[in-house]
Amino acid sequence: MSYKAFEKTDYENLLKIINDDERVLYGEEINEEYSHDELGGTHSVPDAVVKALTTEEVSAVMKYAYDNVIPVTVRGSGTGLVGACVPVMGGIVLDMSGMNKVLELDEENLTITVEPGMLLMELAAYVEENGFFYPPDPGEKTATIGGNISTNAGGMRAVKYGVTRDYVRGLTVVLPNGEVLNLGGKVVKNSSGFDLKNLIVGSEGLLAVITKCVLKLMPLPKKTVSLLIPFKSLHAAIETVPKIIRSKAIPTAVEFMEREVIKDSETYLGTAFPDKSGDAYLILKFDGNSKQEIESLYDNVASICLENGAMDVLISDTDERDESIWKPRGSFLEAIKSSTTYMDEVDIVVPRNRIAEVVKYCMEISEQIKIRIKSFGHAGDGNLHIYILKDDLSDTEWEKRMKAAMKLLYEKARELGGKVSGEHGIGFAKREYLHESSHKTEMELMRGIKAVFDPKNILNPGKIV
Amino acid sequence: MNIIVCIKQVPGSNKAEVDPVTGVLKRDGNDTKMNPYDLYAVETAVRLKEQSGGKVSVITMGPPSAESVIREAFAMGADEGFILTDRKFAGADVLATSYTISQGIKMAGEYDLILCGKQTTDGDTAQVGPEISEYLNIPCIANVTSIEEIGDKGLTVLMDMQTAIEKCFIEYPCLVSVDKDIFLPRLPSYVKMKASKDQKINFITYEDLPDKDETKVGLNGSPTKVQRIFPPSVNDKRELFSGTAEEMTETVLTKLKENKFI
Ligand SMILES: Cc1cc2nc3c(=O)[nH]c(=O)nc-3n(C[C@H](O)[C@H](O)[C@H](O)COP(=O)(O)OP(=O)(O)OC[C@H]3O[C@@H](n4cnc5c(N)ncnc54)[C@H](O)[C@@H]3O)c2cc1C
Repeated sequence: MSYKAFEKTDYENLLKIINDDERVLYGEEINEEYSHDELGGTHSVPDAVVKALTTEEVSAVMKYAYDNVIPVTVRGSGTGLVGACVPVMGGIVLDMSGMNKVLELDEENLTITVEPGMLLMELAAYVEENGFFYPPDPGEKTATIGGNISTNAGGMRAVKYGVTRDYVRGLTVVLPNGEVLNLGGKVVKNSSGFDLKNLIVGSEGLLAVITKCVLKLMPLPKKTVSLLIPFKSLHAAIETVPKIIRSKAIPTAVEFMEREVIKDSETYLGTAFPDKSGDAYLILKFDGNSKQEIESLYDNVASICLENGAMDVLISDTDERDESIWKPRGSFLEAIKSSTTYMDEVDIVVPRNRIAEVVKYCMEISEQIKIRIKSFGHAGDGNLHIYILKDDLSDTEWEKRMKAAMKLLYEKARELGGKVSGEHGIGFAKREYLHESSHKTEMELMRGIKAVFDPKNILNPGKIV
Repeated sequence: MNIIVCIKQVPGSNKAEVDPVTGVLKRDGNDTKMNPYDLYAVETAVRLKEQSGGKVSVITMGPPSAESVIREAFAMGADEGFILTDRKFAGADVLATSYTISQGIKMAGEYDLILCGKQTTDGDTAQVGPEISEYLNIPCIANVTSIEEIGDKGLTVLMDMQTAIEKCFIEYPCLVSVDKDIFLPRLPSYVKMKASKDQKINFITYEDLPDKDETKVGLNGSPTKVQRIFPPSVNDKRELFSGTAEEMTETVLTKLKENKFI
């Protein structure tokens, strides 16, 4: 598919549609930020940026782009890690961050309707003030809800509450040709034909532009307690996880981390971690309505950990204590990034009883390929974040060793019945690995779906399929 | 070294809410915690014990439910606990509180050092520590940011004087109130919590006090009369600057100068 070369007249036409020169940027006016996302591995500068404020504007821009065959890439906050919001074919970037309002809190249907540019932290604070709870809790709180939906963001409460998909009730979307469509709704059940809303969730801006989101809420649990559990080795820590899961206790989070990564975060944040006894740790979080209720939930789990080599089980039950352990946990990605010259990541997910094998395998690969690898992640749901670090390797050597490590890791995931990406998506960076790991027919079906939604391939071309 | 740490149970949430009609602090009896500043004192005590041996006792004045902060201190490494609890102690201001606690300390046995947190999150006066030392007639240093040396006869500490840091020597027995961040408080241990589950806590009532003087405890002993409680006013005035980095720096600088902040 060849695209129309973007010209000054296209800019002028977009300006006529939006009628506000502060919201249509062209050439020099475009900030460098728009050419990459948070990990920064993919670079490409758009021809124009449109900061949309309404569904009608999005629709008019899409119609223009459709008629003129100009690529459009939707952008939330740009906190993605796989280049999904980078306009690799140039064209228009549609910046949704200005559409950030709460439209309705419906206490009878337990839903909230928001615009897609609303930040996760703003949404969480808003609903909590009103006694409600939006469970999905991906690490980056400045991401937009639209971005979260488009990557089906997971995060730290997935063990108990599931992922973003489980909280999307309805979406208003603009199709590539500019047509506006409502999918799903406030209904709890739905058995009315193909579930198109769920096709949009996780589609990384390839099928349609989300302009309104109806999200499901839960009552806010009154209390949370976290347990920080030191172990002598990472192996001992990880091996305990399936036993915790088997005990039928339902923590909201089960995270694992190593001393080394904690040290990076101490350096990065400039604050100390409250315990130094273990080489590896599990963090578990429980929620409920009283301290007593939560204590009865974790009592058995604490015993299981101690029976399996935990050195102690440390209790965090206040805001101050939570901050001393969760703030470091939240900084790991940035902390590892600042400990090296460059890095690339693997976010595979495997059945949760196989996670120990992957962690062990990372250590083996690291020795074998002679490249530093660090990992941490959501032990409770089988999703790991593995970082391959460049340090002072030359560019060619880095490329060689990183590719070799990635190949082995994706192979391992496949062998264990896992998937290329548990969260963060495929975008541009992980395309090759998705194609290698998926069945040919599966990829063909995905391409077919893309073609039905977007026959001219103008929406976020060059990604996933 | 025998150390006694003074601790207090405070509301669990940091967002204190005042009933706008009655002016009374809204308290959710179920949601309480140890005063965050006291955690630093407990941590300091446990570290000193780990270095030079001895015993750590904790003491609190409060309702019987304050037992939970004593148990929490056990889970952090304290060995013994005392609760001063009696209806007669209710409504105490700083003076009556310090007096009552100093009486309790006299019953807690021999000590070399008394540690307090800098202040509480609900009372905020930072006076109870120093006043206890007055009643016990022992030396006191407040705002201690570091313990430099643990000597046979006393401690060498750094004290924060706001504009200067002073290094001082203080002889045992003495009282030291420690600043936030002197050490990062450890988290309570489940193992220690279980081990101390049945440990006896010493309850002290008015009748047990060595010096029974009703005019010195509770509301009777409190010269402070609270007229009104109101939430501090919050200033949420905001201004948003835009422009290039240079332009915005210029604007901020002008603003700061205009308002005489610099
Ligand atoms: C420190 C850190 C921690 C993170 N932790 C997690 C984590 O725990 N779990 C997790 O899942 N992710 C995590 N992420 C990744 C990232 O935050 C998520 O992928 C997030 O959902 C991206 O949101 P965004 O608004 O920044 O989207 P962007 O990066 O701007 O875009 C992501 C994709 O969504 C599309 N998109 C955005 N808005 C719309 C819209 N309105 N309509 C259609 N398509 C749209 C874009 O086209 C793009 O394909 C983390 C990132 C960082 C930097």
